Amino acid sequence: MMLVTMKTPIIRVKDVHKSYGRGPNRFDALKGVTFDINEGESIAIIGKSGSGKSTLMHVLALLDAPTSGSLELEGVETSTLHGKSLNQARNKTFGFVFQQFFLTANSSVLENVMLPMKIAGVKRSERKQRALAALEQLDMADKAGNKAVNLSGGQKQRSVIARALVNNPRIIFADEPTGNLDTATGAVVEDILFNLNREHGITLIVVTHDEELAARCDRRLYIRDGLLVNDTTEVAA
Amino acid sequence: MKTLDLFTTAVANTFRSKTRTILTILAIFVGAFTLTITNGLGTGINQYIDDTVTSIGAEDVMTVTLTPDADSGFGGATSGPTEYDPEAVSSGGFGPNEGGTVVALTPELLDDLADVDGVLSVEATKSITPDWIQYGDGTQYVTSVGGLVAGQSVQLAAGEEPDATSDAFELDLPISYVEPLGFSDADAAIGETITIAITDAERTQHLVDATVVGVAEESVAAPGAGGLVVNAALTDSLYETQSIGLPEDQLERYATASIRFDANATDADITALKDNLANAGFTGTTVADQLGTIKTVIDAIVLVLNAFAIIALLAASFGIVNTLFMSVQERTREIGLMKAMGMGGGKIFGLFSLEAVFIGFLGSAIGAGIGMLAGTAISSVLSGAVLADLPGLTLIAFDPLSITVIILVVMAIAFLAGTLPAARAAKADPVESLRYE
Repeated sequence: MMLVTMKTPIIRVKDVHKSYGRGPNRFDALKGVTFDINEGESIAIIGKSGSGKSTLMHVLALLDAPTSGSLELEGVETSTLHGKSLNQARNKTFGFVFQQFFLTANSSVLENVMLPMKIAGVKRSERKQRALAALEQLDMADKAGNKAVNLSGGQKQRSVIARALVNNPRIIFADEPTGNLDTATGAVVEDILFNLNREHGITLIVVTHDEELAARCDRRLYIRDGLLVNDTTEVAA
Repeated sequence: MKTLDLFTTAVANTFRSKTRTILTILAIFVGAFTLTITNGLGTGINQYIDDTVTSIGAEDVMTVTLTPDADSGFGGATSGPTEYDPEAVSSGGFGPNEGGTVVALTPELLDDLADVDGVLSVEATKSITPDWIQYGDGTQYVTSVGGLVAGQSVQLAAGEEPDATSDAFELDLPISYVEPLGFSDADAAIGETITIAITDAERTQHLVDATVVGVAEESVAAPGAGGLVVNAALTDSLYETQSIGLPEDQLERYATASIRFDANATDADITALKDNLANAGFTGTTVADQLGTIKTVIDAIVLVLNAFAIIALLAASFGIVNTLFMSVQERTREIGLMKAMGMGGGKIFGLFSLEAVFIGFLGSAIGAGIGMLAGTAISSVLSGAVLADLPGLTLIAFDPLSITVIILVVMAIAFLAGTLPAARAAKADPVESLRYE
């Protein structure tokens, strides 16, 4: 345990506040959150809706800037990142898996999976090759030419995971990844995500209110009313 | 995202909502079509005028007459009857004193004219008045005779222009003379010999034979004013014949002369040349002076028509704004996702404005294409019917440059229309866009 904490954490959160609105309409979504995430960990962020867990994920994924406090990504203070470097950090470091999938309905699965590489400016031939490899990894190669709209829920989520994987991210954010799936399909998707975490060392950050899913993670961060109320690592320590 | 990917993605996005895109394209099509037709009208008519200008005289040619002295000419400062001037001859052809008399140009005056600054060469206009022309034993017809000044050209129905350097007597026949003279058609007249009768100062009639080398289309301002177009050798011969018996002091008196000036002369140079001529006592008129007014009027009409087409395009551009706003609305999630994946606002802006430009391109290219087809069809129908009296007129003509300009202008308008929705897309907050619950 000491060895792990000696290493630079992949994400270091120090007293992060996030508020929306001003004056009487001011709403504090995060009221001072501090924790570290080490590379290769699987973390569950757990809380009810309105607890601030989605805001925390958005801040961690650099989609939203904290109102105060500091957020370091691989030892770099993220408030120093702007424009191109910020976009590059998002593109190279993160993969996203959403409850609502967010696939472009009328494009093919292959087109959807290639999107992050298209944004990164990867060559067309390499894009196709890497996207097919990612789909192969998820047993979706035979669906590459299908339109996303015609897939089942489980197939959609596997396409989304392929899309999240394709740029070789360090961290995958999964926002209620099984929320729209039946139990059996959900279990398959969970297995895929934890496999990626164990075998490829990709840091997995799952946002959920599903205790069973959370239980499979190395660590659970409980959020309530914008505060970190329980960190299982600290409890263990 | 690479530029090429940005472009292909924008093109692909255009066809995502086909009905909406097609309706927007149709709106632009109407504007571009109208603009193509009105522009074609301007091009066609101005091209006809330019052809006419070339046939009247080259652009570097000026018609010069002697400016009447203020106290001896028409409308002079002094009142009362005009004193007889033995040097005055009747002026034919173009010029400010058309139909009146002008003081004749003598060889000495022509030398003076050649010395004026900016004048490259001087050629006296020899006025020839034949009695009649005849083919074989056919009917005799009255006609007039004109020569070609260097740089002039004839709009030919058949054959070629008379050879200026040839010693042979050559002429072009107006097409209206072909059948009356007894030829079956224009081609049949080529190579035939016709007879020109001319009377000299002693009232003796002479006959001159000349070969028909070409048949001229009739046009509003053909060289020779709708009469025969003859070469230098024939002009000289006819003029000499006509001048037989003239007293010495009546020889070589010309109403007008053509001068040539630098072909690259600017408007300022031409004005300067006119001033020089005026100081030397001459009046110069270019062909452009004579036809400039007509062109100005046509340009003004085309401008008004174009304004209507532009209004149609402006209406269509609101269609583009609407279409793209709907696209941005529909694709909120996708835009948010792309931003979360690290696509910059500038690229998002580029994606949507390229889509607008592409819609503009499709509308204008189709509009211009069909406009050209329709315009060509309309002008070929009209030139056989209503406009049959104006041969050589293509009512609606197209030049690649103005078509390109139309397409580019429409694309620019489309881009401007696209900036508003594209800016909204670029500013979209990924967190807002990806929110559900």
